[in-house]
Amino acid sequence: MIQVENVSKDFTLHNQNSVVIPVMENANMTVMPGECVGLTGSSGAGKSTLMRMIYGNYLTRSGRIMVGDLDVVTALPREILDLRRDTLGYVSQFLRVVPRVPTLDVVCEPMLAVGMAQDVAHARARELLTRLRIPERLWSLSPLTFSGGEQQRVNIARGFAHEYPAMLLDEPTASLDVANRETVLSLIGQAKARGAAIIGIFHDEAARAQVCDREIDVSTFARKAV
Amino acid sequence: MSSDYNFAYLDEQTKRMIRRALLKGVAIPGYQVPFASREMPMPYGWGTGGVQVTAACLLPDDTLKVIDQGADDTTNAVSIRKFFEKTASVSVTEETTEATVIQTRHRIPETPLTEGQILVYQVPIPEPLRFLEPRETETRKMHALEEYGLMHVKLYEDIARHGHIATAYAYPVKVEGRYVMDPSPIPKFDNPKMEMAGLQLFGAGREQRIYAVPPYTRVVSLDFEDHPFERGGAQQPCGLCAATDAYLDEVIMDDIGTRMFVCSDTDYCRKRREVGHVGEMGVPKAEDAA
Amino acid sequence: MTPLLQVSGISKYYDTRLGCRDVSFDLYPGEVLGIVGESGSGKSTLLNCLAGHQEPDTGKVVFDTRADGPKDTVTMSEPERRMLSRTDWAFVHQNPRDGLRMGVSAGGNVGERLMAVGARHYGNIRAAAIDWLDKVEISQDRTDDRPSQFSGGMQQRLQIARNLVTGPRLIFMDEPTGGLDVSVQARLLDLLRGLVRELGLSAIVVTHDLAVVRLLADRLMVMKDGQVIEKGLTDQVLDDPQHAYTQLLVSSVLQV
Repeated sequence: MIQVENVSKDFTLHNQNSVVIPVMENANMTVMPGECVGLTGSSGAGKSTLMRMIYGNYLTRSGRIMVGDLDVVTALPREILDLRRDTLGYVSQFLRVVPRVPTLDVVCEPMLAVGMAQDVAHARARELLTRLRIPERLWSLSPLTFSGGEQQRVNIARGFAHEYPAMLLDEPTASLDVANRETVLSLIGQAKARGAAIIGIFHDEAARAQVCDREIDVSTFARKAV
Repeated sequence: MSSDYNFAYLDEQTKRMIRRALLKGVAIPGYQVPFASREMPMPYGWGTGGVQVTAACLLPDDTLKVIDQGADDTTNAVSIRKFFEKTASVSVTEETTEATVIQTRHRIPETPLTEGQILVYQVPIPEPLRFLEPRETETRKMHALEEYGLMHVKLYEDIARHGHIATAYAYPVKVEGRYVMDPSPIPKFDNPKMEMAGLQLFGAGREQRIYAVPPYTRVVSLDFEDHPFERGGAQQPCGLCAATDAYLDEVIMDDIGTRMFVCSDTDYCRKRREVGHVGEMGVPKAEDAA
Repeated sequence: MTPLLQVSGISKYYDTRLGCRDVSFDLYPGEVLGIVGESGSGKSTLLNCLAGHQEPDTGKVVFDTRADGPKDTVTMSEPERRMLSRTDWAFVHQNPRDGLRMGVSAGGNVGERLMAVGARHYGNIRAAAIDWLDKVEISQDRTDDRPSQFSGGMQQRLQIARNLVTGPRLIFMDEPTGGLDVSVQARLLDLLRGLVRELGLSAIVVTHDLAVVRLLADRLMVMKDGQVIEKGLTDQVLDDPQHAYTQLLVSSVLQV
């Protein structure tokens, strides 16, 4: 489902003496449907960078990144938008939403975007928010007023609302209490069970062991010292 | 009677220029034709546009009638009539049926005009779109492209504010299905009369525009489907001649607010009294010393 | 799928001074394109050329018209172009005074476009106006008030209602949230996002506010000195900018 082939990436900082920061070279990995692969490696090894490249959020210098049958490296912006709407979900640590929009609508948005009926989307959003222990009295408020942990759970509800065939999870369990951590892990398990291909970054080793089928050490992709 | 003026005051070149504008106006009903308005021996606002059009139309054997608000005997009407008596030596009349050229301010005579008669309107502001769109470049384009939605915005505002179309005079019309035109500040009561046998010419001196409505041209007052144009009319008969089909003026009689309503068309009212019609506050013709 | 708008080789000079040079892009139905750049970068010139307010010196702006399919709006007749800008196009000005009739009631402002395309039933026009005022969160009892009695945010929402009442497919926006308080901005952005999604509108938004494009635009073009120096997915351009100027622009945003 997700295939990364010979992928390279560097950053050029034009405003800092055009210094070039190499990040990775010849990265290769494959994730099959129903499989969850954990990315490991020390901080700065490029775990999040690789994930963002797969999502089309970062450009890729060379190589191929196939998600389904679309090559994200050469895809048009429009194709990437379609991919993100229908196929590829992304849950980051940070919630980014329009101020003032109620939590329930934030969670519903990805489902409405793929044409789900309003009442069905609402029902699923309620179910997810309940499972993630967001008190119902908060649903009509903007999540931007919530605590960090609550925001993260709203973000997870939003990320799991539509059943994407492929998902990228960047630290979904960080800073969650035990009960909520279990909920998130069970959501991941359910996604795998329905055949989703998942790439995750988990600093929490127990969590990683629980849901990941394989691990890939991103530091092996690091560009050899010049 | 000899006169030191050229016939009808204006020089022949100017009259020719105005006639060309008039012909163009007649050819394109409702379209505002620019013309080089001259200084006239009277101030703007006193009918300089109408006077120039009349001057360009008059022939030595014409009979001229001039009315102001329907009356032949107001200062404005009397001055203009005298002006042409002096400069063109034409005969003048107060009778609508006798006149070949009628210059008017703010009214159409009650007696229907016939073929061969010319009605000349004095126009203060020829552009019906002006109050909503101040740019001349833009209003010209709107006329050219027939973009008249804005005219209905004005009527919409009327209904929103007053519950009905409150525009009572200078009520916009569409001429022959094409140009939207300001009929000059005649009461909307007169609008239906604009479909007539006579030729209607409009002159705006200060704004330098001439336009025309040829005989038997379709003239439709703008309205909404659910708020159709209403002519309105007198709530009561004329106090002097008992006419119920004429436009009436309100006259205040004293300091305690006693009022009477009389025909604004003085010729029409006099004619009716002459044949014996008497209103509530009138006296039979024989005793009418005034 | 046919692009709604195909722009190719648009250049505009003011005498010898460059307005914008050789801008090309496609816009598909439902897409929102952001154009960012500092003052004088040519973004407003470009927008005006696209919307038919200015004539470009070279280039084509091909719009997929309802009746005849793709047509170059630069060379089409003026009546046709003006008709387009009253029906299928909308333009939201930065200053509501440029986009509203200040002497006409809110209802009249919204109704004007309907009357311009031939609506002649007062009751229906008014009902449509009230419906749209409601959509932009202006209460019904303000229908007969003039925009001069409205706050800046309300004026801007009124301008949006006035533009959208004829169901346009493409909306041009010039700094739509400029000059508004941040709280009002957020509300307006939310409204615009909702309308874009509900109605499947395409939009071109010119702004210098990167936060606005991140929330509104799917795609982004960065302009400098009249030229497009970088374009791509909005989040990609903002998170992984390639051009030196874009990097500077992104790194210059103040963090709250």
